[in-house]
Amino acid sequence: MNKRYITWSLLAFSLMMFAAGCKKKTPPPPPPPPPPPKEAPAPAPAPASAKVDKFTVEPSSIQRGQSATLTWVVQDATIVGIDNGIGEVQASGHRQVFPSNSTTYMLTAKGPGGTVSASASVTVTAPPAPPPPPAAQPKRSLTERLTSDVQDVFFDYDKYDVREDARSTLSRNSDALKTILRDFPNAVISVEGHCDERGSAEYNLGLGDRRSTSARDFLVQLGVPADRLRTVSYGKERPQCTEGTEDCWQKNRRSHFSAGQ
Amino acid sequence: MKLTSTLLLAASICLAQESDIVIKIMKGDRSVVAVPDMRGTGDAQNHMGVFNRTLFSDLQDSGYFTMAPKSMYPVQLPQQPTDFKPPLPPPAARPGAAQPTPVSQGPWLTDWSGPPVSANYLTVGYSAVQNDRIVLFAWLFNVNQPDLANAQVFGKLYFGTVDETGARKVAHEFAADILAKFGALSLSGSKIYFSSDRTGANQKEIWGMEHDGSNQKQITQLRSISISPAVSPDGTRLAFTTFAGGSPSIMLFSLESGRMLRFYNQRASLNATPTFTPDGKQVIFSSTAAGGGAQLYICDADGSGFRRLTSSPSIDIEPKVNPRTGAEVVFTSGRSGPPQIYKMNMDGANAIRLTSGEGDAVNAAWHPDGQHIAFSWTKGYDPGSYNIFVMDVATRQYVQLTHGQGRNENPTWAPDGRHLVFSSNRSGSNQIWTMLADGTQARQLTTQGRNGNPVWSK
Repeated sequence: MNKRYITWSLLAFSLMMFAAGCKKKTPPPPPPPPPPPKEAPAPAPAPASAKVDKFTVEPSSIQRGQSATLTWVVQDATIVGIDNGIGEVQASGHRQVFPSNSTTYMLTAKGPGGTVSASASVTVTAPPAPPPPPAAQPKRSLTERLTSDVQDVFFDYDKYDVREDARSTLSRNSDALKTILRDFPNAVISVEGHCDERGSAEYNLGLGDRRSTSARDFLVQLGVPADRLRTVSYGKERPQCTEGTEDCWQKNRRSHFSAGQ
Repeated sequence: MKLTSTLLLAASICLAQESDIVIKIMKGDRSVVAVPDMRGTGDAQNHMGVFNRTLFSDLQDSGYFTMAPKSMYPVQLPQQPTDFKPPLPPPAARPGAAQPTPVSQGPWLTDWSGPPVSANYLTVGYSAVQNDRIVLFAWLFNVNQPDLANAQVFGKLYFGTVDETGARKVAHEFAADILAKFGALSLSGSKIYFSSDRTGANQKEIWGMEHDGSNQKQITQLRSISISPAVSPDGTRLAFTTFAGGSPSIMLFSLESGRMLRFYNQRASLNATPTFTPDGKQVIFSSTAAGGGAQLYICDADGSGFRRLTSSPSIDIEPKVNPRTGAEVVFTSGRSGPPQIYKMNMDGANAIRLTSGEGDAVNAAWHPDGQHIAFSWTKGYDPGSYNIFVMDVATRQYVQLTHGQGRNENPTWAPDGRHLVFSSNRSGSNQIWTMLADGTQARQLTTQGRNGNPVWSK
C-alpha cells in the first residue's frame, strides 16, 4: 500500500517538474515597433468647409414663460451666428431663450470653405388659464362683527357697577374687541349706556353715561386701547324692548357696543 | 302710648300743613261764575261756537272759579245791560198768606244768584261784524249786588278778525280782563314747549303750543332725539338736550329768529339738561367735562365762562334756579343712593337733600314764588310709578297731587303759579296734561304721538 502511494507521488512530482520545465522556455521576440511617423509637411490648405456638428433646442416644446436651451457645436467656422436677436456666438455653447411664440432658430456658420446653416425649432404653447382667483371671502363689516362677536353687558336698576356676569361678558368682549380693532385699524367703538324706562329721562342720561364709562374702564383694564373706545349715553331714549316687564327692562339696562363715528 | 299720640300729632300737623300748601298756592275759595253762550249778529254768529268754548275753558282752567252748571241756567239770557228788568215789588202780603214773591219783568240778577244757579258772577254780551271786524260787546256782573249800577264790574269792547282766530282772540282778552279783576294772571298767550315723537318713532323734536293745547307747532327740525326744553325767563330762547351731534349736547334756539344760537359745548361725553338763570344771562347744566359722573356747571349764555358748581362722586343733573332769588339751585342727585331732590347755593355750597331718601325723586321745578317746588316721586309706589308732589322748600312739607293714575312726570308751573303742566301716560300713552295745583281739573292737551318733558313759558 505504501509502495503504491510513493509511486503515485513520484509520478505527480515528475509531472510537475516537467510542466515547470516547459514554462521556462524563452518566448519569440516581439515585432519591432513601427517606425515613427514621418514629419509630414502640412497638407496644403484644403478648402475645408465649416461643419455644424450639433444645433438643438431642448426641450422642443415649452409653455409660454418657460425657457428652452439652445446647444450648438460648430467646427471649422470663423463666424457663428444665431438669428432671433442672439447674434454672434462662440463655436460651441449654450443659450437660454424665452421665446414667447413658436420660433425657429437659424444658426449660420461661416468658414473658409463656405457657409453652412442649421435650424432648430421650439414650439411655444399657451399656458393653461390660471385658476380663478379664490372666491373673495365675504368680509364682514365692522357692525356685523360687533353684532356677532361682542355681547351687551347688563346692569341692575339704578346701578352702574359691573356685575359678576358682566365681568365674564366683558372679558370675552375684550378679546373680540382687540381682534376687531386690529382688523379695522381706523375704527372707534362706541360704548353705549342705556337705561330702562322707569328712571326719569334726565337722570337716565347721567346713569347711562356711568354705565358706558364702567364698561369702558373695565375693557381698558383688560387691555383694549382706551383711545379706540368712546362712551355715549342714550339714557332711555333708545330702548331695545318696549314692554313693561322686568325681562324687558333688564334688556334695556345695558351697555351696547357699536361702530363709533 | 305716648309715642302713638306724638305720631298722631305729627301726622295731623303734617296734614294741616299739606293743605296749607294748596291753600297758599290756590289762594282760597273760588267764586261761582255763570258763562252763558253768547250769540252773534250776522256773520259773527259763525264763530261764536269757538268763542264760547274758549271763554268758558279760559275761566274754568284758570282755577279761580267754579263754573255754574249750564243746565241750571235760566231760559231768558240777557245780552246787554238794558235787558235786565228789575222785578216789580211784590203786592202787599195778606195776613196769614205765604210771603209773596216779586213779580218778574224779565231777566234779573237774582235769576243767577239764587238757586239753582247760585252764581256770584255772570258774563253777558254779544258780537257783531263792523267794518270787517268782529266786535264783542261784553260785561261782567256781580249778581250778588242789589242793583245794576253796583252789579256791573266792567263792560268793554273787543275787536278781532272775522274768523276763528279772531273769535279766540277776543275770548282770551275778555277772559284775561275778568281774571285781572281777581288779581289773576291770564295764561292766554303763554306757551308750552315739549318733546314729541310724532314726526317719527325714533325721533323727538321740540314742539310748542298755546296753554290750552291749541296751535301745536314743530320748532326743531333736527331729525334726532331732542328732549328737556327749558325757556329763557323772557320767553325768547329755548335751551334743550339733543343727540343731533351723536352724544347728548346742548343747543340754544331763538324763538324770535327761528334759528339756532351759538353755544359752545364742553368737550365731554355728555352736556345736558340746561336751564337759564333768572336774568337769562347764564346757563346751568350737567356735564362730564371733568370725567367721572355728570356734574353741574354754570356758563354764559353762549357756553363760555365755564365753571364747575358741584363735585359729588355721583350723578348731579337737571338743575333749576330759584326764579325769585336767583340764589338757589334745586337739582337731582344720586349722591345718597337713588335719585333725590337737593338744594344748594348758586356757588354749589350748602347742598342739602329735600326729599326723604325714599323711592326716586326727580324733576324739581320752582314755583314762581320761589318758595315751593313741584317734582316727581315714586314714594309709596313701584319704581317708575311717579306722582306729582308739591313741597314747601322752607319746611319741606309736601302734598301729593296725583295718586297713581298712570305715570306722572316733569311738572313745571304755569306763569300764574296755580297750574302745572306735566306728562302722564294715564290715557294709554305719554301725553301732555295740565292741572290745578290742588290736583283738580286735569286736562289732556296732546294726542298725537308720544309727548313729554313739558315746560310752561310766559
